[in-house]
Amino acid sequence: MEQAKKKQLVVIGGGPAGLAAALAARKNGVQDLLILERDEQLGGILNQCIHNGFGLHTFHEELTGPEYAARYIEQIEHEKIDYLLNTMVIDLDDKKNITFINQNGVQRIQAQAVILAMGCRERPRGALNIPGYRPAGIYCAGTAQKLVNIDGLMPGKNVVILGSGDIGLIMARRMRLEGANVHAVVEIMPYSGGLKRNIVQCLDDFDIPLKLSHTITNIEGKERVKKVTIAKVDKDRHPISGTEETIECDTLLLSCGLIPENELSEKACIQIHDITHGPIVDESLETNVEGIFACGNVLHVHDLVDFVSREAEHAGIKAAQYVLNTLPKKETEIEIETKGVVRYCVPAKIDPKRMDDLQVIRFRVGKVLKDGAIYVWADDRCIFHRQKKILTPGEMEQVILKKKDVEYAKTIRIESEEM
Amino acid sequence: MKVDVLIIGAGVSGSAIARELAKTKADVLVMEKESDVCSQTSKANSGIVHAGYDAKPNTLKAKLNVKGNAMMKKLSEELSFDYAQIGSLVLCFEEEGRKTIRALFDQGQANGVVGLEIWEKEQILAHEPNVNCDVVCALYAPSAGIVCPFGLNIALAENAADNGVCFHFDEPVASIRKTEDGWLVNGAYETKYIVNAAGVYADQVHQLVFKDSFTITPRKGQYFLLDHEAKDLTSTVLFQLPTKLGKGVLVTPTVHENILIGPTAEDIENKEDTTTSQDGLEQIRRKAFRTLSDIPYDHVITSFSGLRAVSDRNDFIIERCGKGWIDVAGIESPGLTSAPAIGEMVAQMIVEDLSLKPDPDYLPFRQGFSSCRKLSPEQWNALIEKDPAYGVIVCRCETITEGEIKEACSRSIPATSVDGIKRRVRPGMGKCQGGFCLPKVMDILQKANRVSADQIRKANPGSEYIVAENKEGI
Amino acid sequence: MERRLTCINCPLGCALHVIIDGSVIQVSGNSCPRGEIYGKSEVSHPVRMITTTLPVLNGKQAMVSCKSSEPIDKEKIFEVMRALKSVVVEAPVHIGEVLLENAAQTNVNIIATKNVEKAEKKMSFDIKTNTEEFLK
Repeated sequence: MEQAKKKQLVVIGGGPAGLAAALAARKNGVQDLLILERDEQLGGILNQCIHNGFGLHTFHEELTGPEYAARYIEQIEHEKIDYLLNTMVIDLDDKKNITFINQNGVQRIQAQAVILAMGCRERPRGALNIPGYRPAGIYCAGTAQKLVNIDGLMPGKNVVILGSGDIGLIMARRMRLEGANVHAVVEIMPYSGGLKRNIVQCLDDFDIPLKLSHTITNIEGKERVKKVTIAKVDKDRHPISGTEETIECDTLLLSCGLIPENELSEKACIQIHDITHGPIVDESLETNVEGIFACGNVLHVHDLVDFVSREAEHAGIKAAQYVLNTLPKKETEIEIETKGVVRYCVPAKIDPKRMDDLQVIRFRVGKVLKDGAIYVWADDRCIFHRQKKILTPGEMEQVILKKKDVEYAKTIRIESEEM
Repeated sequence: MKVDVLIIGAGVSGSAIARELAKTKADVLVMEKESDVCSQTSKANSGIVHAGYDAKPNTLKAKLNVKGNAMMKKLSEELSFDYAQIGSLVLCFEEEGRKTIRALFDQGQANGVVGLEIWEKEQILAHEPNVNCDVVCALYAPSAGIVCPFGLNIALAENAADNGVCFHFDEPVASIRKTEDGWLVNGAYETKYIVNAAGVYADQVHQLVFKDSFTITPRKGQYFLLDHEAKDLTSTVLFQLPTKLGKGVLVTPTVHENILIGPTAEDIENKEDTTTSQDGLEQIRRKAFRTLSDIPYDHVITSFSGLRAVSDRNDFIIERCGKGWIDVAGIESPGLTSAPAIGEMVAQMIVEDLSLKPDPDYLPFRQGFSSCRKLSPEQWNALIEKDPAYGVIVCRCETITEGEIKEACSRSIPATSVDGIKRRVRPGMGKCQGGFCLPKVMDILQKANRVSADQIRKANPGSEYIVAENKEGI
Repeated sequence: MERRLTCINCPLGCALHVIIDGSVIQVSGNSCPRGEIYGKSEVSHPVRMITTTLPVLNGKQAMVSCKSSEPIDKEKIFEVMRALKSVVVEAPVHIGEVLLENAAQTNVNIIATKNVEKAEKKMSFDIKTNTEEFLK
């Protein structure tokens, strides 16, 4: 095999995170830069998200997924940033040696810095332990989305959807529009994780019932799905016997959560956060391995692509500073504590010495909170306080810390509670 | 069509017999009601190569188990399937079980199992530190191991096919008529000899011609499969010593570095019922807790169930029934281990009955699938040079290339379905369970089999994935 | 006449109660002015964007995604979808290109939301030669 090539910066993944990170890095002075993308085109999952609603924050207009991707791809082409398609990274180590493979063979790069932007995958049926047969007709919602939107093929005519996250809702409308019947969207929680707009425009518009506090307890059909049984669940999410009803259908779509894809990160000995399942990063979005940064859904699952782009730009800028030797060394990192209904925050730690004047902290809450409040404490000083009419697990929240507020702090804590 | 021997069933027994008969000059046909080999009992089991201490001495189970175990290594080299002799432990958690461990040891000795040892707690924990520390003692069997159940079955069948055995799929046996010098099956196949290796249906096939002599009850076993992240849980097959509370469950590594936990044992009536149930899976968790209290169930990638073909005779049924007929029935555990020995035994009986001559052209070796992820970069590059498809990763979880999938489509018994591909070269076996690669695998199958998208199936007819084109229904 | 709606402006999802009395529309249940605006427009003239895909001939990709150039009457959604049933696009096609004019007499065009370039090789699907090459 040829000797490893050298690169200043390699971005793993050419989806929304990778594209925005690469652009930011180029604009901040990185010349020797390469994006490695496993698919046959740049844009990642946006290519199959043909619905609109993207880009309100970034471009101040509503774009479809492919249009949003195209805006970045044009800039990538314009900046002449190198990328390889159909290229899979199969190994990464903590010395930033990257092994990848494509039709030209197995190749190696020794990178000065790496940005992880591999995105996430869907939780499959197996992980959900739904009892019953294992016939054809059970798909992750994203798989069905690929079949319908990219390949133009309908994977079912009579559909039940488990999980009411936005992908599930969007697919309910897509399947209906393309000629299928959607009999129900079944959600185990007492609330939907999806946007209100999607519930109204994807379900209500087409009279598709949303069954909250319900789950699927059986799948029938040996070769192809014939029926599913749904049942109400109690507050511990256990099915309540006697509440079962069966729905005849040929298809079950699963939209039950996304998991960051961190197999490569683990190979590079990157510490993974128990709750986000993404790398633990600091204010520069740098992992515990110096020079490896992470952004987008591989870091934590986002709700809006605009936030992915913002975050990725930050990673791109910081990686550029690292490459150009203008990023100070880590000194004292403060872990940000989370309290109350705050489940996690990203970054999970900051080094006040090397943070920018303003630092965005993103987080999610663990339950629906009406009339809630968000507080940030530096030691025993409240440095941020905001009331919110509603906080929901489906929406990412953010606070912005000022350097002057935390510069000399020993502890930082974010909490959220009902007022 | 006219043949010498017709084997009913392309499971691991039928395929092992077919491979042995391929060594002779007999014309052999294997008829299978499913669309592929390894589609029922053989596909969903523990994948254990048992040592052979379990069965009563002098039973067929005891003899064939020990013999099959001894054959497995050479066979895995000839046929290139995944097999690892990792040893097994039967764990005993109560002092009173010591006697039973001793009895198993003695029984193993009587059956001719070599290398058995009784281990005390310290030795067990030194070998398997995750085992619960209230373990008392264990029977250690170094000859036990693990095998890929699909790999073994497919390898046997392919080698048989490479040597001229004919396989017909989607062909259930509906009628068998006695003829002057043999049998007429489904009104179309004339044969001198029938081997009934029909798994859970062996009793029904038998009854097409003969009166009842045995019944087969499907015994369902449900399992959990855990992802590679959990692979350090154990490096040995961990059984539990049966107690008055039941038989217990096993926790074992698989040859593909997963962890398998199960099975339940539920006698059922429906020979097609491969459902999993909340209760069954809960039961496994409860029982497995005895062995390892810290199993990371968040790494479960799938659960599934399989059917064991349990006869009412407490032993394998391998016997002639009149002229030109052998039943190979009730091949429950340790059936997978015994398969190579069953193949030899049954073939020997037929060679005697039909005075078959050896085939000098027989080739015992089969080339396995290129397993790119195990190759060095140089070897991998050589493959890519030959066909760039080996540089296209289709399954990212298990690192499977398009080249490997194309291989699976172009063998002597080609994969024709998504499950067929999955069992041969593993795309979709990883943690996303095909979420990403299914559309790509479908596309490759479409091209290889020259069919349209709506003809691509998961397994049998009726399991098509695509039901329409966009906008067809509006 | 009265309608009950869910406001879509924020996660609160206020349950709106809209009373229509001739030309007078009264909205209650909203917690902010945006709710009132939404309630009024949703009962007087509900519109939706349509997004879908269309098959492409000789393209690098098999389908091109598209959308209505502006929102259309909600009742016309399926009429527009039916009008798109027979539309096939020839590559290359670029973002913003009109793929169907005045879809189902809505005065709204359907436009491409993706660039699909011409495939380098001819893509007309000759199964036999493709397969032979594929299995070589």
